[in-house]
Amino acid sequence: MSDVLLLSRFQFAITVFYHFLFVPLTIGLIVLIAWMETQHVRTKNPLYRQMADFWGKLFAINFVLGVVTGITMEFQFGTNWSEYSKYMGDIFGSPLAIEALVAFFLESTFMGIWLFGKDKISPKLRAFSIWMVALGTNISALWIITANGFMQNPVGYIERNGRIELQNFWEVVTNPYAWHMFVHTIVSCYIVGAFFVMAVSAWHLLRKQHVVFFEKSFKYALILGLIATTATPFIGHKSASFAAKMQPAKGAALEAVWETKEGLPFHIIQIPDPKNERNIVEFLTIPKLGSYFYTHSFDGKVVGFDQIPKDERPNVNIVFYSFRLMVALGLYFVALCWYGFYLYRKNKLIESKRFLKVVMYSVLLPYVAINAGWVVAEVGRQPWTVYGLMRTAEAVSPISLSQILFSLVSLVVFYTILLIADVYLMLKYAKKGPYASTATKGGEVQHVS
Amino acid sequence: MSHETVAIIWFGLWGLIWTVYFVLDGYTLGTGMLFPFLAKNRQERNQLQEAVGPFWGGNEVWLITAGGATFAAFPAVYADLFSFLYTPMMLILFALFFRAAGLEFMHKDESKRWQTSWKWAFTISSVALALLFGVAFANLFYGLKIGPSGYEGTFLGLLHPYGLLGGLLFTSLFIVSGALWIMIKTVGDVAQRAYQIARPASVVAAVVLSLFFVATSNRTTLFDNFTKAPILWIVPALTFVCALLMLLFVWQKRIGLAFANICLTIFTLMATGFIGMFPNMLPSRIDEKYSTTLFEAAGSELNLKIMLGVAIVMVPIIISYQLWSYKLFKEKITKETAKGYQ
Ligand code: HEM
Repeated sequence: MSDVLLLSRFQFAITVFYHFLFVPLTIGLIVLIAWMETQHVRTKNPLYRQMADFWGKLFAINFVLGVVTGITMEFQFGTNWSEYSKYMGDIFGSPLAIEALVAFFLESTFMGIWLFGKDKISPKLRAFSIWMVALGTNISALWIITANGFMQNPVGYIERNGRIELQNFWEVVTNPYAWHMFVHTIVSCYIVGAFFVMAVSAWHLLRKQHVVFFEKSFKYALILGLIATTATPFIGHKSASFAAKMQPAKGAALEAVWETKEGLPFHIIQIPDPKNERNIVEFLTIPKLGSYFYTHSFDGKVVGFDQIPKDERPNVNIVFYSFRLMVALGLYFVALCWYGFYLYRKNKLIESKRFLKVVMYSVLLPYVAINAGWVVAEVGRQPWTVYGLMRTAEAVSPISLSQILFSLVSLVVFYTILLIADVYLMLKYAKKGPYASTATKGGEVQHVS
Repeated sequence: MSHETVAIIWFGLWGLIWTVYFVLDGYTLGTGMLFPFLAKNRQERNQLQEAVGPFWGGNEVWLITAGGATFAAFPAVYADLFSFLYTPMMLILFALFFRAAGLEFMHKDESKRWQTSWKWAFTISSVALALLFGVAFANLFYGLKIGPSGYEGTFLGLLHPYGLLGGLLFTSLFIVSGALWIMIKTVGDVAQRAYQIARPASVVAAVVLSLFFVATSNRTTLFDNFTKAPILWIVPALTFVCALLMLLFVWQKRIGLAFANICLTIFTLMATGFIGMFPNMLPSRIDEKYSTTLFEAAGSELNLKIMLGVAIVMVPIIISYQLWSYKLFKEKITKETAKGYQ
C-alpha cells in the first residue's frame, strides 16, 4: 500500500472518529432537552426551564465541535478521495447536499434562535425551536447514513460513462441497509445522551447538591435509556442478520465462522485464529444458537470463510472483537438501566452511592460501543470502499506525501486542542450546576481587558 | 428539459450558493476581523458576539451547501477543485475551526489568557478566511495550472499578484460589510468606532475593486464572455454602481442603504466572475483543452433534476425561516443588555 493511501486512510479514520465524538451526544441530548422544553410548556414549572438551560449549555458547547469537525467531512471526499468522488459523486453527493438543505440549515438556524432568544421568546417558541434543532440533527443522520448505506449495499444505480450514475432515487432512499443502520445508529446515540445526563446527574447526586433538579434529570435520562438500551439488542440483532445476508464476508467475521454450516453453535467464549482459519478456543457452547442468530432458524445455513476468496475477506480479528465488545457493552447497558429503574421505583436511587458511581464511570462506554459498531460496519466491508464496486486503494486522491503529512499532522494537533478545550468546558459547566450562571452575573462585568 | 439545460441551471445555482455564502458570511468575517479593535471591554465584546451570534451558524451552512452541491451536481469539479487546491482548502478548514470555536468559547472561562487566545483565534481565522477565499476565487477566475496530467501548480504559485489582489479585495469588502453590520445591530461606542473604520475602509474597498477589474481585464480572459454578449456588461457595471453608492451612503451615514449596497457589490462581483468562467468550472491557464466545463463535470440528468426539485422546495423554506430569525433579533443590541456567548 502506498504511503499516501495509508496516511489518507489514517486521516479519514481520525477525522471521522473526532466527528463522531461529538455527533452522538448532539443527537441524543437534544431529544431530552426538547422533552424538557415541552414539559415546561405543559406544566409551566420553571424547573423544566432550568433543566433545559443547563443541559442546553452543555449541548451548545458540544454542538460547535460537531459542526466544526463536520465541515472537514463535507470537503474531505474531494480533497483526499477524489477518485472516489468522481466515481461515486452522482449518488454519494446528493445525500450530502440534501443533508445540508434539509437538516443543517434547520438545526443551525434554530440553534441560533434558541441560544440567543431563549430569554426573549415564549416557552412555546423555545420548545418549537429546540424541536427543530432535534429534527435537524436526526434528519442529518438519516441522509449521511443513506450515503453510507449505498457504500454498504449499492442500489438504484447504473455503471455508465466510467462512473456510477443514479438510476432510481427511490431505491437509494429506501435502501433497507441504510434504514437498518439509521435505526441502530440513532437509538445508540440516544444511549449516549441518556448516559451522559445520568452520569452528570449522578455526580451531583453523590454530592447531594441540587437534588431535585438532578433527580428529575436522572429520571428523564433513565426513561430514555431504558427504552433505547432495551431496544438495541433487538435492533442490533436485526442489523446483524441483515448485514450477514448482504455481505457474507462481514457476516462470517462477526462470529468468526470458518466453515459453512447448518445448525451453527454459538460460543460465549471464543478466540479466532485467522492464520490457520480456525478458532483456538470455543468455550461455553450453546448448540444451534449461532444459526438462529444468523437466520432465525436453528438449522439455518450460515456461510463461512471457506466460501469466500481470501482477497475478499476483512480483518477477522478486528471485526470479531469489536462486535463482541459492542454486544457485551449493549447487554451491560440494559442491565444497568433496569437496575437503575428498580432502584428508582424503590426510591433508593439517591442513597445507592455505588450505583451512582458506576453510572458516573460508565459515561464513556456508549462512545466505546458506538465506535466499535462503526468498526464492525466499516472494517467489515473491507477490502471494499463501495461494496462489490470499488476497492479502497482505487479511491484515493493523487496528492503528494508532503501534503497529506501536513494536513494529517495539523488536523491531529488542531483537533486535539479543540477536544481539550471542549472537555475542559464540559467538565467545568457540568460541575458548576444549574444555578451558577445567574449567580455570577454581577461578577462578569469586572473582567474587562 | 434537456440534460444540458439542467446542467446550466445547476451551474447558475452553484454560483448562486457560493455568492450567497460570501454575502452572508462576509459580515461575520468582517466582524471577526474588526473584533479586537472595536470592542474594548467584556460588554462590548458581548455586543459584537450577539450581533452575529444568532446568524453565523446558519450562514455558514451556505458554505457546506456549496460543498454538497458541488459534489452532487458536478462530482468531477468537487473532486479536482478540492484536491488541486489541497493546501489552501486545508487552511480554510483550520480557519473555520478556530473562527467558530474562538467566537463561541471566548467567554466561557474567566481566565484572561483563555479569553485573549480565543479572541485572537477568532480574529486571525477571520482574516485568514477572507484572504484564502479571495485568493482561491481569484485563481479560479485567473485559471489554474492544469495540464495533461492534472494540476501542475503549487500552493505558493497561487499567490501571484492577481491572486493576492483577490485576497485583498475580499478582505476589504468584508471589513466594510462587518463594520456596517455592527452599526446596524448595535448602539453605543462600538457602533461609533465601526463608523470610524467604515469610512476609510469603504474607500479602500472601492479602490481595490477598481484595481481588481483593471487587472481582470489585463491579466485574465474573464471578460471574453462579456465582449461576446455585451448585454452582460450590466453585471460588472452594477458592481461599480453599487460600490459607488455604498461609498456615498457610508459618507452620508445612511447605514442601511450602505449595507445593502455592499451586499450587492459582493453579489454582482461574484456573478461577474461566474459569468466570465462559463462554461468552465475549472479553467486551465495552460491550455483551454485541459479546462473542465460544466458539461463535462455534470452529474447524470436524473440526479440533477431530483436535486433541482429538492432545491426548489427547500431553498424558499430555508430563506423564510432565516428571514424570520433576522426579524426576531431585529432590536439593536446595547451594552447593557448584551449577553453574548455565555
Ligand atoms: C446489544 C447488541 C448489539 C448488536 C447485536 C449489534 C449489532 C451490530 C451490527 C451487526 C453492526 C454492523 C452492521 C453493519 O455493518 O451493517 C452494528 C453496527 C453498529 N452498532 Fe451495534 N449492536 C449492538 C449494540 C450496540 C450498542 C450498545 C451500540 C452503541 C451504544 C451500538 C452502536 C453501533 C453503531 C454506531 C454501529 C454502526 C452503524 C451501523 O452499521 O448500524 N451497537 N451493530
